[in-house]
Amino acid sequence: MRPGSVILAALTGLIWGVTAMVVIAVTLTLITGEVALPQATVAGLAGLVSALAFVWWRSSGAGGGLPAWALSAAILFLVLMTASFAAPFGLPLGTTPVWQGLGLIAFVAGVTAANRVTLSGARLGQMSRYEREVIYIRIAKGIGFVVFTIIVALPFYVMVMTSLKSQQALLANPLDLSIDVSQGIDGLFRSYVELFTQFNFGRYLMVSAFVSIATVVLTLLFSVPGAYAVSRLRFPGQAFLARSVLLIYMVPAIVLVIPLYAVFSQLGLRNTLTGLLIVYPATTIPVALYMLQGYFRGLPSELEEAGLMDGLSRIGVILKITLPLSLPALASVSLYVFMIAWNEFLFAFMFLDDPDIFTLSRGVVSLNSSEVPRQHLMAGAVIATVPVLVIFLWFERFLVQGLTAGSVKG
Amino acid sequence: MTTDTHDSASAGPPKGIGPMQRREMWLAYLMLAPTFAIILMIVAGPLLANFWISVKPVQLADLRPPTVLVNERVRGGPEAVGDSATLEYRLRNSSQDEEIRNVVLSDEIPAGFDIAEVPEPCSVDGGKLTCTLGTVAPGWRDRLQLEGTVTQVFLDADRPERQSEPQIAGEANNILTNFDFTLENFRRIFSADEFWSVLRVTFYYTIFGTGGALVLGLFAAQLLNTVFPGRGVLRGLFLFPYVSPVIAVAFTWVVLFDPFSGTLNALLTKMGVVADPINFFGQRAIEFSFLGIPMEFPLALTTVIAFEAWRYFPLSFLFILARMQSINTDMYEAAEMDGATPLQQFWYLSLPQLMGILSVLFLLRFIWTFNKFDDIFLLTGGNAGTRTLTVDVYEQGFALSNLGAGAAVAVVVFVVLVTFATLFIRFSPKEEGL
Repeated sequence: MRPGSVILAALTGLIWGVTAMVVIAVTLTLITGEVALPQATVAGLAGLVSALAFVWWRSSGAGGGLPAWALSAAILFLVLMTASFAAPFGLPLGTTPVWQGLGLIAFVAGVTAANRVTLSGARLGQMSRYEREVIYIRIAKGIGFVVFTIIVALPFYVMVMTSLKSQQALLANPLDLSIDVSQGIDGLFRSYVELFTQFNFGRYLMVSAFVSIATVVLTLLFSVPGAYAVSRLRFPGQAFLARSVLLIYMVPAIVLVIPLYAVFSQLGLRNTLTGLLIVYPATTIPVALYMLQGYFRGLPSELEEAGLMDGLSRIGVILKITLPLSLPALASVSLYVFMIAWNEFLFAFMFLDDPDIFTLSRGVVSLNSSEVPRQHLMAGAVIATVPVLVIFLWFERFLVQGLTAGSVKG
Repeated sequence: MTTDTHDSASAGPPKGIGPMQRREMWLAYLMLAPTFAIILMIVAGPLLANFWISVKPVQLADLRPPTVLVNERVRGGPEAVGDSATLEYRLRNSSQDEEIRNVVLSDEIPAGFDIAEVPEPCSVDGGKLTCTLGTVAPGWRDRLQLEGTVTQVFLDADRPERQSEPQIAGEANNILTNFDFTLENFRRIFSADEFWSVLRVTFYYTIFGTGGALVLGLFAAQLLNTVFPGRGVLRGLFLFPYVSPVIAVAFTWVVLFDPFSGTLNALLTKMGVVADPINFFGQRAIEFSFLGIPMEFPLALTTVIAFEAWRYFPLSFLFILARMQSINTDMYEAAEMDGATPLQQFWYLSLPQLMGILSVLFLLRFIWTFNKFDDIFLLTGGNAGTRTLTVDVYEQGFALSNLGAGAAVAVVVFVVLVTFATLFIRFSPKEEGL
């Protein structure tokens, strides 16, 4: 027995016990709306004892019949229940017994599994630095998974669930983020129905789709020839251009807003979609050009030279050889540009006053007032998010490749 | 002769441009021309225009140029053919402090109105009225009355004076294009007390936002650099904050952190972690004492920085993960044989390999965070000690309606940005591909 190794095993169990308890109690609270008080101290103690039992039972080699994890799970359960007086979540067992039971199972299973994975290979005797570091890293990774998943998923969960609640339910208990089936489908989607019928969101959706797709088309029309020229044709200033095109992307939009606002106001372009369709491609062309020229460079130029030898013109080569070969890059650039245009806020906010031509971003901002209940605001956020997330999940691989292809080599 | 060929061969490719290359050059310029045109128009032009506006005393209201407003109506209430009536034009200079020169009113006389008398500056030519009013003073008002009699056509028509809109021509000083310059805008922003605190907040926000996003991204990339079931799902999930529209995630955070009905505060208070709800986006600072020294923790700024790191870690995560997966695993096997521990492997093998992409990401994210406007504007509106330079541009230019001052702040933004970019390019390691 080495004190260092014992402390490491004990700490591991403590950390898992506390983490699992806090996560499960919060989840339970959000699902049921009952305030669960996580008994973190008790859970930590239970995790600690069960982790020590696990390591001791396994490394002592005593385990003939009973596997170590089963023993540790049993100990975990017993310690938790006795030390918390059979109320592990600070709730009497009578309230929402099904959810509490599930929570309890999740706790025992989670802590046992975590102990088993992190402490495999652990001993109570002396361990090398290598073995100890493996355990540190497992703990860090485990916590990382939990924390990252929660911080990413929680806001989106809150967004969707809030949009499905009624005003009274939200005020009565802000913690209750469950789906209230009793109000029926109509009641559940009331905010969405009202947004589409009274707040004109159908139109905003169409305008956003139109603006985004038009931006994609315009951007490709401008950037494909430009990227081809930069990557394939030799001309003075080529290297400089290839490098400096990304500098344009560094120019802050806020610096451009005041002059564009002034000039567009005088030209009558300000409160129009035409104005947006001039500004959006200008901001996306540089990055599209940069991504495309990186891809064009990677294509074997022999193919194009063969085409030239066989009598195709440059334009013919681009249309018949280069573009078909770069469909993946075109797809990822289109997606990226679509996302930028769909999510764009600043120019839409500054330029558009007329509710008939609001984009979704602008429309959701107009919901942000004290007169509009917040489930409407969240429903608007969901409406703005869903299309872009669906498209993103559908084409994720393209997008990821396209985003990273530009600058990561080798 | 032989030496000649030898010489030209050793001198490399022929100098000058051949006809084929010239054609290629022109083709390239032609293909780049549209891109150049739109970027000059929308990016380079406004950049210069911003400098121009920053030295001019322009208010938001000045964007509407002064004009003469005109209102046409029929007086006298004609009821039968031959009744006399008055066609009246009321004119007003919309500006209280700008004169308008060469004002000309032109309109079509309504059908069926027989003119008896025309006021002095006007003339009628074939049913067309032209009044030359010359220069009108600021705040000027006037009426022009045309007397006449009506016929049946006039009486039959519904509101006959509306048949044609009166047209007004005139020239006024446009404050945007004249040559009045002032340094008042810069004097105003630099002498404001809050300017230096805005600058400081901007740097905190930029540095910690960038650092946070990078550290989170590095951590997340480490997590997903191993193969396990559900990895694809997690990778997709981790990208959500970056892909979603900024309005959606910003408002979700506002709702989540709301002091009265937000989920997070309800959790914290109900579970007994804090006694009173915390106004994460509204409270400037929390005071506490550390070793007896009173200190302030900038709460709203920290929350905003946390949002920034949360929203943009996916980008650095993607790039770092891509770079990690391209590292040759042989090296790790060799290190493993030599007994290097996992942390040593990370510190001495992975991190040096990632330094290139990390510095590029730092550069890019630093500049983009510095340029960021939407996030803070939507989360706090620049209140509670979170106003950065970019939000200040909006505040000065549009909230306070002083376009010139807004443009002056924008100039500061641009100058700081150029300084950074220059420093980075001078001192950053050269990474291939950028």
